Amino acid sequence: MSLRVARPILGGMPAALHPERLPPDRWIKVLPEGLYVEPGGFHIDPVRGVERAVITHGHSDHARPGNQLVFATPGTLAIMAQRMGEAAAVVTRPLDYGETIRIGAVTVRLVPAGHVLGSAQVVMEYAGSRVVVSGDYKRRADRTCLPFEPVPCDVFVTEATFGLPVFRHPPDLGEVGKLLHSLTLFPERSHVVGVYALGKCQRVITLLRAAGYDGPIHLHGALEPLCALYERHGVALGELRPATVAAKEELKGALVLAPPAAATDRWARRLTDPVVAMASGWMRVRQRARQRGVELPLIISDHADWDELTQTLEDVAAPEVWVTHGREEALVHHATQRGIRARALALIGFEEEEA
Amino acid sequence: MNRFAALIDALVFMPSRNGKIRLLAEHFATTPDPERGWALAALTGSLSFREAKPAAIRQLVAARVDPELFALSYDYVGDLAETVALIWPERPERSNSLPPSLNEVVEALQSAKRGQVMDLVEGWLDTLDASGRFALLKLITGSLRIGVSARLAKTALAEWGTLDIADVEEVWHGLTPPYAELFAWGEGRAERPSAGHGAGFRPMMLSHPLEEEDMAALDAGSYCAEWKWDGIRVQLVARDGQRRLYSRTGDDVSGGFPDIVDHMVFDAVLDGELLVAREGVVAPFNDLQQRLNRKTVTAAMLREGPGWVRLYDILFDGDEDLRGLPFTERRARLERWFEAVQPRRMDLSPMVPFHGWEELRALREGSRENGIEGLMLKRCDSPYLGGRPKGPWFKWKRGALTLDTVLMYAQRGHGKRSSFYSDFTFGVWRGAELVPVGKAYFGFTDAELVELDRWVRNHTTRKYGPVREVSAGLVLEVAFDSVHPSTRHKSGLAMRFPRVHRIRWDKPAAEADRHETLARMVVGRDAVA
Repeated sequence: MSLRVARPILGGMPAALHPERLPPDRWIKVLPEGLYVEPGGFHIDPVRGVERAVITHGHSDHARPGNQLVFATPGTLAIMAQRMGEAAAVVTRPLDYGETIRIGAVTVRLVPAGHVLGSAQVVMEYAGSRVVVSGDYKRRADRTCLPFEPVPCDVFVTEATFGLPVFRHPPDLGEVGKLLHSLTLFPERSHVVGVYALGKCQRVITLLRAAGYDGPIHLHGALEPLCALYERHGVALGELRPATVAAKEELKGALVLAPPAAATDRWARRLTDPVVAMASGWMRVRQRARQRGVELPLIISDHADWDELTQTLEDVAAPEVWVTHGREEALVHHATQRGIRARALALIGFEEEEA
Repeated sequence: MNRFAALIDALVFMPSRNGKIRLLAEHFATTPDPERGWALAALTGSLSFREAKPAAIRQLVAARVDPELFALSYDYVGDLAETVALIWPERPERSNSLPPSLNEVVEALQSAKRGQVMDLVEGWLDTLDASGRFALLKLITGSLRIGVSARLAKTALAEWGTLDIADVEEVWHGLTPPYAELFAWGEGRAERPSAGHGAGFRPMMLSHPLEEEDMAALDAGSYCAEWKWDGIRVQLVARDGQRRLYSRTGDDVSGGFPDIVDHMVFDAVLDGELLVAREGVVAPFNDLQQRLNRKTVTAAMLREGPGWVRLYDILFDGDEDLRGLPFTERRARLERWFEAVQPRRMDLSPMVPFHGWEELRALREGSRENGIEGLMLKRCDSPYLGGRPKGPWFKWKRGALTLDTVLMYAQRGHGKRSSFYSDFTFGVWRGAELVPVGKAYFGFTDAELVELDRWVRNHTTRKYGPVREVSAGLVLEVAFDSVHPSTRHKSGLAMRFPRVHRIRWDKPAAEADRHETLARMVVGRDAVA
């Protein structure tokens, strides 16, 4: 699996693709299978298996099986192997943060994106331009991954999951405080928190620990492998217990983490009169939280909120911005107002749910 | 304001009634006066100050936020107060000034002059966080709409202070926000405040449903019977020059019924059924529904759906408290009072004389006409007691109608039922298509719910968010009290109190009832009450 490719630099490129200056929209294309970097002959986060793929992070809408050669951080590769086994890639090429390589005619390096363990921005240089594809990112502190690093560039390709000014995530510890307060208010009820298995789960656990909660945390079976993986990568999570085999009595008043769908579905029936919480940036909008049957919404997100998105545009100071998956319209409008050339990039296959 | 905002937030998301009571009780226990009193006033709709209009709030936000970004956001969120609360640009210097207390907000609004309100609001929006802004905007637009009734707030207060809810309601209208003496009473620091005089609400006497097995133990000779009318129970209070119309839970509904209140030119407290009636003929409940939950009414509504009260009981005649008298004596007083006063837009609910339960049963079965829900049984010697004492009063609803329908959609429930598809929309055949005719979420046991949930999951044809469409394969025998014409439903019909009577696992969907059958069950407008 972790077979290293001896020569990641791939064969020579046609002369036409070696011009002095070529605007990035001439060498980065939106194809049905995803963003394609022509002079490098690779895709970024393709929606189906391709020859060569650079993968920004391990979420299933970005990292899909069936690629021949995958470039990604060791963290992301470990996550992909955990989730997909043999299907993750035929050959992998781990790229440490900051390590510079050439793929085809393009110079590539990966830079921390602050989204989840192993998540990276793709920094590409070719034909006199530097383009940064952000992948998914956030700007606030997270004990489970390295912080986002702004890289000045000519074109910044940004996500916009929370691309509306109503999305401002409050401080994380305050949100976790709500959960701890509810535990004291309803001590006999199980508290089940809907979290995505990769990233959110481990982040919520580290936040709980930071807020002083040192009791056991019960996990839905689907969350266990990635928690173990995080611990192997040096993220301490404290005492974790399987919720699936726990006695009903033990789960009274317990803190339980489960994937969002399980938290409100049949799986949760084993719990005693549970308080259903959900940790997601979408919880900011009440109606949305109520629709999901959530009693305790926790606004904890691994994506940049509006202020972080706009601040990032300032930090990377790119004269041109392409906006992908999310609410592109508002961010394009904002960027245009600030004198930045901005347009929406219609990529398919990204799910807003993993937020 | 922060504590109040946190309470509002928690209440918005709390699905269960008991949970809401817990949250409120905790608030009363941990929040000092007068903050908790103002919160109670806000929740019971007892605050009065100059309210802000939505247009003025839009204007405020337009000065701060790019209009295009606001429009996109409003479009996404869908609620003005919430959009403004979330989008309001926070200033870095916010941390320097403390957010206002609820007390400051209420007092400032009460003394504000027209034209000052929006300046105040703007200043507060700048110092509050998103939850605080949401609570403030809900407060100043005059409608919290967070699923907490005045009655529930009072119940929580009673629970917190281990008081009797009937006592709380009795004294309630003698008190004014922020209710310091009420909280002192609840904490055992003071005596019970004196009962509200004037136009206050008196706790109403409610009944229990009559079970067949109860009847054997009851002596028919000790009970009086009267019709149970299909409207809403109200209390009419005309004291000291003030007039109020209260719902069963003590909510003041006077504003919606000037046609009744205008004719309350007497000094008494009465108990009756609020109806819509045209020339003494009771209209379907649907017509009354058009007039409920409104603060004001239009002339057209008054003309098309005139209000009427059918009187059941008298609590006060002038200053004289009649509640301790036996029912038969109060009834005699009511008749004498009615004869003397001859109030307009009101009549007496007639007594139903009977000899023995069998005769009464026959009368009840025959009472299919408009406006009658069944019978009330009242023990002849029963005093008027607030609350729901078991024994003196029973309601004996007439037998339900039933219909075999086909399950069409199922939706997830809330709270304990959130993992179950427990809200069922059912339909009947019209030609070869199914048209929905109602929705039911009770009438089945927990074990049956597990079966229903499994059936829904195995027969889903489409999903729309929390709703699943299912294939036409399960017949639900639905019971309901009556059916009325409705313009809101595709079928043109609306059921009252539908519930699942039996699950017909055995019956093929094609053999379920047809739309024509249901349409024939509609009670005509012409039926004589």
